[in-house]
Amino acid sequence: MAAVPLARRLGKVALLVCAAGPLAAVVWSATRAPGVIRGESVVETIEWVPGLDLALTVRLDGFALLMVLIVSGVGVAIFGYAARYLSDDDPLPRFTAALTGFAGAMLGVVLADHLLLLYVCWELTSLASYLLIGHKGAEKEQRRAALQALLVTTAGGFVMLGGFVLLGQAAGTYRLSGLVADPPDGTLVAVALGLVLVGIATKSAQVPVHGWLPAAMVAPTPVSAYLHAAAMVKAGVYLAARLAPAFGAVAGWRAAVLVLGSASILVGGWQALRERDLKRLLAYSTISQLGLLMVLLGVGIPEATTAGVTLLLAHALAKSALFMTAGVLDHAAGTRDLEELRGAGRRSPALALTVLAAAASLAGLPPLLGFVAKEEAVSALLDTGGGVGVLALVAVSAGAVLTVGYAVRAVWLPILARGPSSAGPDDTGERRWEAPGPAFLASGAVLGGTGLVLGVVPALVSPLLIAAATSLTPLAPREPLHLWPGLGLPLTVSAFTIAAGLALAAVVARRAQPVLRRLLPAADRVGDAALYGVERLCHRVIGVLQPGSLPVYLTVILATALVIPGTALLRAASPGLPARATDSTLQLVVGLFVVVTAVAVLRARHRFAAVLVLGTLGYAVAALFAVHGAPDLALTQFLVETVTLVAFALVLRRLPSSFTTRRSPRVVAGRGALAGALGLLVAMLALSATQVPNDRPVSEFYLDEAESAGGSNVVSVILSDFRALDTLGEITVVAVATLGVLHLLRARREEDEG
Amino acid sequence: MRRERSLMLDTATRLLFPTLLLASLFLLVVGHDQPGGGFSGGLVAGAALVLRFLAGGEAETRTALRLRPGLLLAAGVLAASGTGAVPLLLGEPLLTAGKTSLRLPVIGAWIGEVALSTTLLFEAGVYAVVLGLVQTLLRTLGSDSEEHQ
Repeated sequence: MAAVPLARRLGKVALLVCAAGPLAAVVWSATRAPGVIRGESVVETIEWVPGLDLALTVRLDGFALLMVLIVSGVGVAIFGYAARYLSDDDPLPRFTAALTGFAGAMLGVVLADHLLLLYVCWELTSLASYLLIGHKGAEKEQRRAALQALLVTTAGGFVMLGGFVLLGQAAGTYRLSGLVADPPDGTLVAVALGLVLVGIATKSAQVPVHGWLPAAMVAPTPVSAYLHAAAMVKAGVYLAARLAPAFGAVAGWRAAVLVLGSASILVGGWQALRERDLKRLLAYSTISQLGLLMVLLGVGIPEATTAGVTLLLAHALAKSALFMTAGVLDHAAGTRDLEELRGAGRRSPALALTVLAAAASLAGLPPLLGFVAKEEAVSALLDTGGGVGVLALVAVSAGAVLTVGYAVRAVWLPILARGPSSAGPDDTGERRWEAPGPAFLASGAVLGGTGLVLGVVPALVSPLLIAAATSLTPLAPREPLHLWPGLGLPLTVSAFTIAAGLALAAVVARRAQPVLRRLLPAADRVGDAALYGVERLCHRVIGVLQPGSLPVYLTVILATALVIPGTALLRAASPGLPARATDSTLQLVVGLFVVVTAVAVLRARHRFAAVLVLGTLGYAVAALFAVHGAPDLALTQFLVETVTLVAFALVLRRLPSSFTTRRSPRVVAGRGALAGALGLLVAMLALSATQVPNDRPVSEFYLDEAESAGGSNVVSVILSDFRALDTLGEITVVAVATLGVLHLLRARREEDEG
Repeated sequence: MRRERSLMLDTATRLLFPTLLLASLFLLVVGHDQPGGGFSGGLVAGAALVLRFLAGGEAETRTALRLRPGLLLAAGVLAASGTGAVPLLLGEPLLTAGKTSLRLPVIGAWIGEVALSTTLLFEAGVYAVVLGLVQTLLRTLGSDSEEHQ
């Protein structure tokens, strides 16, 4: 929140200041790293509502450590990159705030040990994503993409919440660690996992709910590189990886995840091959890679876990670097079209090297981290064997072939190919090229370079990755990672996939060029249609429920109040009459006065008279309270009555002075009956409330405890101490309602004037 | 349009407005031990504002309370929820009230120890919200009706 004024004052420098947040997370987790790698985990708990087992519990184990390092490490790079990418025309305060908020929420997702805390952070990342995709909100395409991403991910998240609650109830705990350590089973759990899987699939853009991710590419590139490559989309994979070791055996889980992942690998990879827009190509590639991760981590194959976490890291580094370079190219050449970018990257060797390193890691070429991950995956799946192992191996290999294919496509035209050989009619002279500064290139180069260094010396990161894998399942392989696995079957598979990928790229390059930008996929249109359908339905429902007539609203509210507690009251024993009629004669007098004024209100012909008499009635009731010995209540009632009277008077100045429409006798009789019944109900409730047999009335507890709370006015102490949460809620409602009224009336006035 | 200002009402308002505000603060402070509290206090302050409105119309309420209406509402909710949230940071359950007592200089000799509680801050939040409500009411409905006369 502090980011908004900061960015107003500092502009883009604020982004660098806010990078301190993720940087602090990196430093903090790095200090904890040695212990975590030894297998300890850091747990911090803030009890919130202990009675409901609601606690803000965070837990840092090996996998969480890896995720924190990815989220925050890439985050630091992104903040630095964004400071160069954005210009002063961009809505910097909102962008900075949303990006910082996202980084925080994402940390919450990977650290949360409580399912509901995880859910809250999960939805916060969706919200941040909405704000960041929408960005300026000036273009229809941006607004549409942002809304689509928000609706898909929050709808999935909402379904997931249902799954969480079922899981939590079945297991008796909402602690993720407890849940995984002692997994419940049964049909209910299978249903719950299905619901959770919906959330996972939407968040990680798995086929068939992947459409929002390519559409989200209208977002500024730092956002694409961070949320839609390294961090947010990994949330689904993260959760799947957490749950898979415990629930892999539950009916349907393996099959569902395997199908989801494989479909995403194939569809994403195929689309990436055909895409001409560089960023959308990368988006489809992300879908494909997320599918790979789902297969490796989400299916519940313990042997593949180490490979999965390695690929997770490799993909985060490579994909963010690729996105960043895509953004640099976009800025420098003014286009993201591969054909128009032909040869553009040759003008900046640093840029070209970054792209090559990142794309090679993505494609799984030696000596990069992506190669290490792929080798590990293939050999692990070969070891696994069995139906699941073979299917996973096929999916991973197919994915690897496709990956090589589109990675080559992504680098061929912009980097490797020569500039336009034949100058077209619109292509005369120098093409647009604004040389990027070194700082603009630095972030991508650092991430791409990290992939190279870790690939050459996997021992640097091996302990971390093994700690991450073993914290997920103790069955994960513990052998250190190697760059050179030695000649053998895995290497043969790798060589085959690379060769096949190159061939694929060559075929696509020759045959399918130029691939026209595809129309919005069908899933997109279905989503739109569903959205409009819901909107129309809402209009209709609202038309029935909210006709805009106050008497109708009141009738509904009062009838509900009458029916529901009334039924309960009738089923309970009917209360007898109180022991005595009055405590004093004064009560009787004031009571009679109340009755008389009530009748007078009904007989009033003019609105103003009715309001005045109603006010008198209120004062009379207040007097009744006072006589009864409730000065606090009386005081409040008097004051409320006064202010309400003024409010009424102000409103009445705009209404006709007398009640204009005559109601038919039937309506009057109906309303009279309702009012009478309600009055009777309240009286009965009051009677029965005083006669409930109770060992110790709650009032005695309040009276005893009031002294300890430091007050002798028990009413006040109740309001501001015992029931302070209620009071807080009430004043919040009052404030929000007041603001609503303020703006409604203001808008109306502007309409009148304009 | 200008309306006739009533001399009686004007003078009475001049006398009553500060008195009412003082009374509202009194109610706010004594609320913990005697009838009163943030809600009643806020309403009395609101009534004082209403008086100014009756004497001089909507413009008069603007001079009487120059804050933007949203500000009071926000400050009130923030004060109340902030008081509630601080114990969380100290490791106590939400909305735990802290209290202390101190002896004021000079007047301490007459009134003895003064008990202070964070509840007062909470009540002040309620007070601000209620006052903000009345202020909004007068500004919106008050000015509207004047325009349409």
